[in-house]
Amino acid sequence: MNRYPLWKYLLIAVSLIAALLYTLPNFFGESPAVQISAARSTAKVDQATHARTLAALKAAGITPDERIPDVTSFKLRFHDTETQLKAKDVIQTALGDDYIVALNLLPQTPAWLAKIGGKPMFLGLDLRGGVHFLLEVDMKAAVDKQLEKVAGDIRRELKDQKIRYGRVTRERESVSVGLRDEETLARAAGAVRRVLPDLKVEESRNPGDYRLIVRFSPEAQIKLQNDAVAQNITTLHNRVNELGVAEPIIQQQGQGRIVVQLPGVQDTAKAKDILGRTATLEVRMVEDDQQKIADAFTGKVAPGLELVPVAGVRSGQGSAELLKTEVELTGDNITKAEPTYDQNNNPVIGLSLDSTGASIFRTLTRDNVGKRMAIVLVEKGKGQVITAPRINAELGGSFVIEGGGMTVQEANDISLLVRAGSLAAPMNIVEERTIGPSLGKENIEKGFHSTLYGFIAIAIFMVIYYRVFGFVSAVALSANVLLLLALLSAIGITLTLPGIAAIALALGMAIDSNVLINERIREELRNGMSPQMAIQNGYGHAWATILDSNITTLIAGIALFMFGSGAVRGFAVVHCLGILTSMFSAVMVSRAMINLIYGYRRRLTGLSIGQVWVPQQKQA
Amino acid sequence: MEFFRIKQDIPFMSYGKLTTAISLLTFIVAVFFLVFKGLNFGVEFTGGTVMELRYAQPADLNQVRGAVDNLKYGESQVQALGTTRDVMVRLPNIKQKTSAQLSNEVLTALKQQRGDVELRKVEFIGPSVGEELVSHGLLALALVCIGIIAYLAIRFEWRFAVSAVIANMHDVVIILGFFALFQWEFSLTVLAGILAVLGYSVNESVVVFDRIRENFRKSNLRGKTVPQVIDNAITATMSRTIITHGSTEAMVLSMLILGGPALHGFAMALTIGIVFGIYSSVLVASPLLLMFGVTRENMVKPVTVKEEAVV
Repeated sequence: MNRYPLWKYLLIAVSLIAALLYTLPNFFGESPAVQISAARSTAKVDQATHARTLAALKAAGITPDERIPDVTSFKLRFHDTETQLKAKDVIQTALGDDYIVALNLLPQTPAWLAKIGGKPMFLGLDLRGGVHFLLEVDMKAAVDKQLEKVAGDIRRELKDQKIRYGRVTRERESVSVGLRDEETLARAAGAVRRVLPDLKVEESRNPGDYRLIVRFSPEAQIKLQNDAVAQNITTLHNRVNELGVAEPIIQQQGQGRIVVQLPGVQDTAKAKDILGRTATLEVRMVEDDQQKIADAFTGKVAPGLELVPVAGVRSGQGSAELLKTEVELTGDNITKAEPTYDQNNNPVIGLSLDSTGASIFRTLTRDNVGKRMAIVLVEKGKGQVITAPRINAELGGSFVIEGGGMTVQEANDISLLVRAGSLAAPMNIVEERTIGPSLGKENIEKGFHSTLYGFIAIAIFMVIYYRVFGFVSAVALSANVLLLLALLSAIGITLTLPGIAAIALALGMAIDSNVLINERIREELRNGMSPQMAIQNGYGHAWATILDSNITTLIAGIALFMFGSGAVRGFAVVHCLGILTSMFSAVMVSRAMINLIYGYRRRLTGLSIGQVWVPQQKQA
Repeated sequence: MEFFRIKQDIPFMSYGKLTTAISLLTFIVAVFFLVFKGLNFGVEFTGGTVMELRYAQPADLNQVRGAVDNLKYGESQVQALGTTRDVMVRLPNIKQKTSAQLSNEVLTALKQQRGDVELRKVEFIGPSVGEELVSHGLLALALVCIGIIAYLAIRFEWRFAVSAVIANMHDVVIILGFFALFQWEFSLTVLAGILAVLGYSVNESVVVFDRIRENFRKSNLRGKTVPQVIDNAITATMSRTIITHGSTEAMVLSMLILGGPALHGFAMALTIGIVFGIYSSVLVASPLLLMFGVTRENMVKPVTVKEEAVV
């Protein structure tokens, strides 16, 4: 009767084997590698880059152990750190500044394990070493900045519509426009609603005081804040790329916060400096005088002119354009840049300018119809011409850039970078942490040792106290570790030191279920039950208790997860998962083993569960 | 081997007055320390900069303190961290300087004094984060309590739920009392530890309650009074209580001894929490249950309803 149907044994066996497989990648360690990725939106890591890299390495007499091409990067594995460092220098010289060549550690997961999704646990900064920043986006400033723009837009629109208006003032959360009478108020309201459909426009009428109050609707305000955070994250991504960090983490945390984690970086000052830099867009006029162009290409650039390379040389364009050094417009005046399509379904970049930008641009295009202007992307102080279109007519506050034969990816990248050029709102560092690599190693070691010795102590005690049942409990506990580690590795949860503590605690608490079961079986035996019945009832009675106690613990764990941040959250995730795996292993795995050991014996006279003491005089 | 050869039910409930008095006293003492000494909040809560340094040779704390004081940052702390070679420096937030500047200045000053110093960790927390942590921590605590009360009220009865939560809050306050008394640093991981104790300790009460409920339904215990039923339940689970807690405590002690300074506060909170968890679930939660006037009918009635529903 203490037998499981075959499918249950199979289920348990399969889950344990799967757990073993997914835990395995953690034991293969890491090997030194070099990671190549594009430093600019216009550079691509493609077959040509691969070939150049490999040729350069071959010339230097270095052979990589493995090549791992990726969508956005190219990774090369090396035998030891010395070769890795040498290779990094060789590749950096060969590829130049357009590419980031970063040192990295790659897991040595065998290919067959990687194929089924096996990967080692991702270690948190406290275990790997690195820098952690928590940045807070100044939402008030973001709203202020937008309101400034709204005020400018309103002024411009009213001027264009020839509606007379009084003072345009920006108050705390709104813009107010003074108007002369009922009629102008109605016309102004209509005009503003048409150009700024996302905003809430209120008309306030007091005798002698007609005004229009424009504010963000709650939804618009939320969207604005989300956009501000999203834009700042994009900006940070681009800047962090310059640091050459292999696996940076940049994530939104809560409403207006951004976490930046840079594993392996020790120099906070440099990191902060680079996070503070920008990439911008410039509009400059093209010099089309053929004589000057010819001179420039032979090395005689006339004063006030500059030869700027064209990004990703395309058909019909030269390798460089001769531009006037004078900058007509900068990216600071760009409020929006997004990839779209033109009427012929070619990818283009849609740009919107703020009111100042728009009026400058209008004058510029009106005065220069028939001439060419260049859109220049300036990164790391170096410019590249994205496109140099001919001006056909006067252009207003929003227009599109058509780079002859631009791909969708390029349109995406460029608009992202233009957006990334500036921060939507200033950010303050509210938290900063630097952990040395030696401390990280020590943390892993200490966490591992304390878990191991605690586990050994518990296992020894269980075997002595409960004999065969104790052994089964210890095996169930190991199964729990295995399942937990497999789950953490497979889901890709970042393991931190509190996470290790949670693993240890999960083991300490998981044994509770087995103690409950074993004590219950002993008690049933004490009350004179047959061994088979004792097993049956022991597990049955203990289950209700195990469920109740685990669910209450889980409630605490979930609350921790919901309200915790950083260290607490890392603990809570592992804690909750540990409770779930322990319910499976302590009940199912141990029962299956007991069933296999005892369930198939016909005449079972006793259980090896340690001495069961029966009181002499039985109480009622 | 069997550790607990208990011939008769131990009359725990007759000690009720005594244990309640002891609990009340420890509780009041803990509150006293919390109020008059206060918690030594870690940098996560107060804001500021913490540096962890390691010297190749044992460091002279007074010398380090002198060097840091010379920089005149205001109220800064220098203390040993586990070993004589590890030193922790805590600096207040200074408006005009970023934490990177602060830590660089301190490190340069210390390097001039002795070259064998190595920077192991820098942590900077802005002042606004701390307040949020406190409010989130309290919110988590409240949510845990409500969740547990709700679950136990559904599975058992409100009397069980309320006594379990009171018993556990008593544990939490006592742990906090210890941290106040010894002025151990109260960090974010300690908070995690305390909230884990809350879950763990309820678990303990639930095991006893489960047994009480079962006893109420047992026919051979029908003639017994409520205190006798509770005594029987506690005695029956005694062996399990001690063994389970012994195992968990072994794990936690292993963390306390081998886990290093990073896990110290967490392990300490759990060590104290587990010891008081046993005490409170046996000697606080159950007498409270009695005080709230639990009767057999409270538990048995819903079961008949349940059985009908199943049929």
